[in-house]
Amino acid sequence: MESNVHGRAAPSPYLNPYLAGIGLGLVLLAAFVLVGRGLGASGAFNSLIAWLVSSAAPDYAHSNSFLSGYLDDTHPLKSWLVFEVLGVMVGALLSGLLAHRVGASVERGPRISVAGRLALAFAGGMVMAFGAALARGCTSGQGLSGGALLNLGSWIFMLSVFGGGYAVAWIVRRQWR
Amino acid sequence: MTAPLYKLGFFGDEVSLIIAFLLGIGFGFFLERAGFGSAKKLTAQFYFRDMAVFKVMFSAIVTALLGVTYLSWIGFLDLSLVYLVPTYWVPQLIGGLLLGVGFVIGGYCPGTSIASASTGRIDGLIYALGFTAGTLAFAVSSPLFAGWFEAGALGQTTLPESLGISHGVLVLGVVVIAVAGFGAATWVEKRFAARDAVATK
Repeated sequence: MESNVHGRAAPSPYLNPYLAGIGLGLVLLAAFVLVGRGLGASGAFNSLIAWLVSSAAPDYAHSNSFLSGYLDDTHPLKSWLVFEVLGVMVGALLSGLLAHRVGASVERGPRISVAGRLALAFAGGMVMAFGAALARGCTSGQGLSGGALLNLGSWIFMLSVFGGGYAVAWIVRRQWR
Repeated sequence: MTAPLYKLGFFGDEVSLIIAFLLGIGFGFFLERAGFGSAKKLTAQFYFRDMAVFKVMFSAIVTALLGVTYLSWIGFLDLSLVYLVPTYWVPQLIGGLLLGVGFVIGGYCPGTSIASASTGRIDGLIYALGFTAGTLAFAVSSPLFAGWFEAGALGQTTLPESLGISHGVLVLGVVVIAVAGFGAATWVEKRFAARDAVATK
């Protein structure tokens, strides 16, 4: 095991992208076979907000057409995607620990301040929340899961995601490069 | 037909939640393994320096696609019972564009931000908070979008159905395009690496 000057083990290289993809694909296939649905992520955020709003203002939450879809007789957090996302936390932490990649840091290019990067991270998250809500899913639920099912809307969505990303990449290049 | 097991009553809701947690562990594990807990690795896709997002995503799609195609062909999996998100092409096209824009600005997507925050990335955590705030903002403002939130409704439909191409031919087409794409992605990476090497001399 290699060590850096601080005596800590150096991070391991990332897994070959095709092997990682096959691994993800098999997990996704298991979800289709076992449960009859794909993986996701943004839906868990929707459940979280539905729970928060319904705790603060139950009548409003039930009258809101977007939130009411995430509210039924059971607790809003007792949802499939919330449990799946809790698993994502554990799985990512496990992989990170095994590869010595766990530690507090801010991912940024050399030409942006920490504060600037965090502001853009928050802003990007907000923009993406609108996108995912409109698209009825994010890169996990629409892209990956819908893509593998040859869902028409998912493929329109995916082309759009890459298009949107490449369209603005040049404008925000200072954040990354 | 034996699967999907949950939909055919082999187990109930409680067990399905445990399975969700276990599948999530696998999902998070491979996201982090791929390097998708790192915003720099993810966004390098959009600067042609590292096409791992495309490579991982499409090898996952091809793997799962071939799996479901085979399992339904041998009569093990009833694909009609696997949930398909209905198509609303207008908001999905616009939502996709916003997602792409937000991806390059924020550095993550929802799933990868969770993987990154779990391994200590502060920006991943802040992104997830931004996504939470954005979800609340969307929910509150959703009456404004009600008009075209359901525009372009085509129902639950797949590429083979809507294009009138047989499922097998389309699967083959996706595999061929993916493999060609992998080759093109590697070629692009090499070209940009050579360009960067010249630029730093």
